[in-house]
Amino acid sequence: MSFIHDTLVVFRREMRLSLRNPAWVVIVLVQPVLYLVLFGPLLTRLPAGTLGGSAGTGSAAAGAAAAYRFFVPGLLIQLGLFGSMFVGFAIISDWRGGVIERFRVTPVSRLAVMSGRVLRDTLVLVVQAVVLVLVSLAFGLRAPVTAVLISLGFIVLVAVGLASVSYATALTVKSEDAFAPMLNSVIVPLVLLSGILLPMTLAPGWLQGVARISPFRYIIDAMREAFAGHYANTIMLEGVLVAAGLAVVCLWLGSRVFVRENA
Amino acid sequence: MPIIEARGLARTFTSRKRTVHAVRGVDLTVEAGEIVGFLGPNGAGKTTTLRMLTTLLQPTAGSATVAGADLRRDPLGVRRRIGYVPQAIGQTMGGTDPECMVDEELLDQAALYRIGKADAAARAAALTAQLDLGGLDKRLVKTLSGGQRRRLEIALGLVHQPALVFLDEPTTGLDPQSRSNLWEHIRGLRSDLGTTVFLTTHYLDEADALCDRVFIIDNGVIVGSGTPDELKRQVSGDVVTLAVNGATDKARELLARQPIVGDVTVADDGGLRLNVVNGAEALPALLRVLDDASITLHSINLSRPTLDDVFLTMTGRSLRDDSPSATPADQPERQQPADKE
Repeated sequence: MSFIHDTLVVFRREMRLSLRNPAWVVIVLVQPVLYLVLFGPLLTRLPAGTLGGSAGTGSAAAGAAAAYRFFVPGLLIQLGLFGSMFVGFAIISDWRGGVIERFRVTPVSRLAVMSGRVLRDTLVLVVQAVVLVLVSLAFGLRAPVTAVLISLGFIVLVAVGLASVSYATALTVKSEDAFAPMLNSVIVPLVLLSGILLPMTLAPGWLQGVARISPFRYIIDAMREAFAGHYANTIMLEGVLVAAGLAVVCLWLGSRVFVRENA
Repeated sequence: MPIIEARGLARTFTSRKRTVHAVRGVDLTVEAGEIVGFLGPNGAGKTTTLRMLTTLLQPTAGSATVAGADLRRDPLGVRRRIGYVPQAIGQTMGGTDPECMVDEELLDQAALYRIGKADAAARAAALTAQLDLGGLDKRLVKTLSGGQRRRLEIALGLVHQPALVFLDEPTTGLDPQSRSNLWEHIRGLRSDLGTTVFLTTHYLDEADALCDRVFIIDNGVIVGSGTPDELKRQVSGDVVTLAVNGATDKARELLARQPIVGDVTVADDGGLRLNVVNGAEALPALLRVLDDASITLHSINLSRPTLDDVFLTMTGRSLRDDSPSATPADQPERQQPADKE
């Protein structure tokens, strides 16, 4: 199908350009480890039980395993938030370089200009997620393989949605100076309200209420359920619906910007 | 059948409740095999018209057929059949990525047109030879000179062997040597490949040197069109200036009676200024008239109008006074930031 061909053409080009930049490759691989090394030790020192139900009461190793079962899903989402939402910067420079316009005058699918890039970003995030999980194992994480696979599924949905919306926003504002503050004003509240670093159950009632507006709140909760070995309950269902809904809505918004006749 | 036929093409931008008529009804006919220039100052509507013809911008009114496809009903058909080289200055650049290698750009571009790998490699090789890019295959775009990069951008527009290529300000920003070199290559597109070339420029010498026909656009409307020579003749014909020893009044009287002479005026330095249709043919006759009357000639000079004179006559402004600060305040509809939505 031509759309898939076009997407792969754009994907190959973008992937090649990314891999050509050694700093980018190093940052992609080191970033997840940094989160783990610089923040993980704090969590393992929290009193047992703080991080939710299934905290081990026994040995230090069991405590650490429980801490990482809480912490790793949050880190995965945080990687996704930061990694995928910042991708729009690159398309502003591509637009300024005339590359977007050049593609739009060829018969290539205009949606593929976005989807090829989103595919690259999603693949990068999955690689980062796998690195994060592997290193976490070394730090003491113990989780079922099914849970890890479910989490990767969530990560893919989050990456697809956020990268699409990031490209669409960037291509609409066409200015780094406008895009950067927009990102900050969205990401910081999302990180705080999603319970990435600490469980939202510690929050007072009003804050828990406010946190309900963050879609990532539901996704993280579902991932934590999976890590705790619970795959079929309403929390999981909510997480799946929110993640899928987020991806679909963001893709739709993104495609509208890329497919429009005037740009 | 003409390769471009546009009727009443218009584009209006609305920003901050102001409506800007960037292009107000352009009629264009371009025949296959022509090199046609679109001449006008910055903000005249050149690029907006080009963006409409290349499906980057939807017209708000009018219709056009480009390379056999209807612009409104079949934009994809237009895109398959045309090449487009964006301008390399201003808000956006010419379309190459500085971190790409030359051959990667050519092969990627071919893939966008769904050209198979073997064909793509052959096209890339032919184009690098055609446009003097041989040996640069593995160079990063950012290491190319300005002229090389511009030739690569033109090569990208030709990967799929289009019958029609649009060049937006092809030589702007290049040094004089690279410019004349690029002119050679643009002439070669037609003579070697049979490509129809539609280019925009705000250089009069470029339009004069390169184009079979020129459209002059100002304020979003076409104010004149024709071959460079036709346009120049349309303005005022040629100008003969001469100075005689004494007898200026008598000479003026005599010359004004000649049927080939239009206006005769006395110039500031006391010389005579004659408008004639064809200066080269008029000179011998003028000399004979003066000789018969025993008036001795001190000096004589024939000057042909330039496209700048054409532009001045048609728009009331010189193309050289082109900077934004020189834009008269009584022309608020000139598109400025609203150019790109």
